[in-house]
Amino acid sequence: MLRKSFLAALAATALAVGTLPAAAQETVKIGIITPLTGPFASTGKQHETAARLYMQQHGTTVAGKKIELIIRDDAGRAENTARIASELIQNDKVSFIAGFGLTPLAMATAPIATNAKVPMIVMMAGTSIITERSPYIVRTSFTLGQSAVIIADWAAKNKVKKVVTLVTDYAPGHDAEKSFVDQFKSKGGEIVESIRVPIQNPDYAPFLQRVLDAKPDALYVFVPSGQGSILMKQYVERGLDKSGIRLIGTGDITDDDILNGFGDAAIGVITAHMYSTAHPSAMNKEYVAAFKKLNPSLRPNFASVGAYDGMHLIYEALKKTNGKTDGDALIAAMKGLKWESPRGPISIDPETRDIVQTIYIRKVEKKDGELYNVEFESFPDVKDPVKAAKK
Amino acid sequence: MLTILFDGIAYGMLLFVISCGLAVTLGLMNFVNLAHGAFAMLGGYCAYVLVNFYGVPFFASLPVAFLFAAMIGLVAERSLYVHFYNRSHLEQVLFTIGLVFMTSALVDYFLGSQQRFINLPSYLQGRFDFFGVGIGKYRLLIILVCALIVIVLQLILGHTRFGSRLRAAVDDQRVARGLGINVNRVFALTFAAGCGLAGLGGALGAEILSLEPHFPLKFMIYFLIVVSVGGTSSITGPFLASILLGIGDVAGKYYAPRFGGFVIYTIMIVVLVLRPQGLFTRGTSK
Repeated sequence: MLRKSFLAALAATALAVGTLPAAAQETVKIGIITPLTGPFASTGKQHETAARLYMQQHGTTVAGKKIELIIRDDAGRAENTARIASELIQNDKVSFIAGFGLTPLAMATAPIATNAKVPMIVMMAGTSIITERSPYIVRTSFTLGQSAVIIADWAAKNKVKKVVTLVTDYAPGHDAEKSFVDQFKSKGGEIVESIRVPIQNPDYAPFLQRVLDAKPDALYVFVPSGQGSILMKQYVERGLDKSGIRLIGTGDITDDDILNGFGDAAIGVITAHMYSTAHPSAMNKEYVAAFKKLNPSLRPNFASVGAYDGMHLIYEALKKTNGKTDGDALIAAMKGLKWESPRGPISIDPETRDIVQTIYIRKVEKKDGELYNVEFESFPDVKDPVKAAKK
Repeated sequence: MLTILFDGIAYGMLLFVISCGLAVTLGLMNFVNLAHGAFAMLGGYCAYVLVNFYGVPFFASLPVAFLFAAMIGLVAERSLYVHFYNRSHLEQVLFTIGLVFMTSALVDYFLGSQQRFINLPSYLQGRFDFFGVGIGKYRLLIILVCALIVIVLQLILGHTRFGSRLRAAVDDQRVARGLGINVNRVFALTFAAGCGLAGLGGALGAEILSLEPHFPLKFMIYFLIVVSVGGTSSITGPFLASILLGIGDVAGKYYAPRFGGFVIYTIMIVVLVLRPQGLFTRGTSK
């Protein structure tokens, strides 16, 4: 009985909806694909929180369209990312795909974005070449070269003459190594040795011993986010800090989300990066507070601003196209956009669709019992140096 | 370069403590237990929670980690593993790898996916010079603890009633049963002890191997190499194999960083081609 009346009500509603004028609000869907489980789950949680925060703060209606967010987990595996991207585009009819926690995940999805003419917003992966893989890719995170070149400049200016580089042996590591080495040499520095560590590497001891014996002024490091902690522990255990070898690197190694787990071993490490939780702007303070309110277990890191700004980019592009979701129009609208982010002023390079931003030199310090990357020098308007060098 | 030798031995010792339990289950009980690393991980997390959350001293956390992993091992053996002793190896592999995924997911859910470190007392950190050889204090501790474990194991196996029962049960289950040995109980205890050792190794190794939910998968290959190179019929085999691999891995990465990662695999292939039974096997067991 109840069921019958329910069905009738349902049918009536369906009819009513069907006969409504077409003025009913249309929906624009955004699909975020990011690792929510597995070893890179931190990235996914950051992406998810930041994207939801943005929508909470800026509403769910843009240019008359209702925005719907779909978040899917790829567990950090490229075959999942590509499959989910296809599903989102074909079944859910999303107008944007976004996320991409690691370089291979973005690479695997690039051809799908090209075929479907759907804008693809890279919110994390940092290898230079990604944006060249599809004309529909726009990046709101960073490129490794940006940080690597700036830290090389800084090192050369600060009495670092001899450097050993230690990177993980995969594409982003090679980028981080090459950008640093080229820049550092061009400033007159000497690279004593370039060590590449296998990606499945349990123990850094032998590599660090080699560094210790080479006696450089500084050790430049790039390892995947999360492995920095064990490296730093062993750096201190082996006494590299006491032997006068400074530890420098791109900001991934002192990831704000996990920095507190490093212990005091991390104090004094100098890195270059585009975002720090401790960035002293009013906008960032508000951002950090709102972020922690939404997810008290996380501290916003560079992945979070990638997603936050990615959402902003999508909103602004939709405003410019008046809610039209044509891929080419959206990409054209994104090119050259400039705005103020929690990390500082940023823009999208109209030529490369890559991000242009300020890179900061930071030092790990302890404040109120927590470790922070405290910024003390900044280099404005840094473009991706790898692409700049190709011209 | 003695520092490299020292680091290699510490690393090898650690591998041994974690994998000797696997040598027992795989070699003695003829059971393919890929979930062995999961017990090591649980022991590690147990020590982590105790030391970092409850302020238990590091040294007190080690025996607790052993008991915790052993208890879980015992329960798992009685409730789950026992049904798989007579199944094919493939089923055992599928079953145990499933366990690995479940433990990883559970740990991820409750403790997060980040790398965790146990707060060490300051006197265990850093290193000192001993006639020009840099000795890491923590690595020295690992060597001492592991050496102690090896001696105790050797004594138990060779000189106690339990040891002789275990060897009898392994050599010929049916005859052992016929002589009134409760083979099931012997195996259960052995299994639990193996898991406990893995847990102890996990707690000791957290500082060096890094503790995270994917620990069992990441190191499974190392444990399997130890067991396959060392053979499984004694404690000495896996022990020497662990030391060999530890030194090989560390020295390889030090002297030829570019190829360092391959050294242990090369050792394994060479050993297995020349001696498919393992390096230190006496006679044939199974």
